[in-house]
Amino acid sequence: MSMKSSTRQVDGVTIVDLSGRITLGEGSVVLRETVRDLISKGQKKILLNLADVNYIDSSGIGELVSAFTTCKNQSGELKLLNLTKKVHDLLQITKLYTVFDVKDDEAAAVKSFDK
Amino acid sequence: MAADRVSYTLDSTLETVNNAEETAGRMAAEAGFDDEEIMKISMAVREAAVNAVLHGNAYDPSKKVTLAFERTAHDLVIVIRDQGKGLDASRIPDPLAPDNLLKTSGRGIFLIRSFMDVVEIHPSKTGTELRMIKHVHGNPADSKEALQ
Repeated sequence: MSMKSSTRQVDGVTIVDLSGRITLGEGSVVLRETVRDLISKGQKKILLNLADVNYIDSSGIGELVSAFTTCKNQSGELKLLNLTKKVHDLLQITKLYTVFDVKDDEAAAVKSFDK
Repeated sequence: MAADRVSYTLDSTLETVNNAEETAGRMAAEAGFDDEEIMKISMAVREAAVNAVLHGNAYDPSKKVTLAFERTAHDLVIVIRDQGKGLDASRIPDPLAPDNLLKTSGRGIFLIRSFMDVVEIHPSKTGTELRMIKHVHGNPADSKEALQ
């Protein structure tokens, strides 16, 4: 299953709902282009909702890191929401869990962004 | 499992990566692994296939990837070979080092080592052979890692 993404705005935060697989190829490209497009529009408070992301490989992890650093370098914030167990475990073993700001409640996550 | 050993010769394409992952999942299921172990095995094979196709053969259509699965009494043995320049594993930076945490690549071999019981990398001038073993009845005392 390829990856799909859709965006919505909540209190100045862009929530990106992702579903499918973030892997080498289409999935990574969709994520990269989505984040770049948002930043180019000045939407730099980004919450990636990974609730329906059932698989991610090392390329996908790299793409998450790239999105995080790209946003940060543009004085923005990128946070992760609703990790599945698989993605949670992957971020743990790669020691990225503490690098990302990971949330499990959407309303609280939105409020956590700098105003 | 229909055969004790099966091998495939594959093109250096992204499709090969996906096919290798799917085949590994099927082989692991047939070998009796549980869902979590199947995920680990199929992901290790996916990462190995990415290395072979992308870094080894560099998508060169004249170069092939071979993938072999062997079921022994105690192990599932998976060997993947490319026809690249040979991977020097000693030059792969530690992805867990603080300076490398935010790098966007370099985690594939680390994940393979995390998910499999034995990982051997055999580089040569004609390509790299990556041999991975998962014990069918996982015994942590049997676990070891070899790098050659």
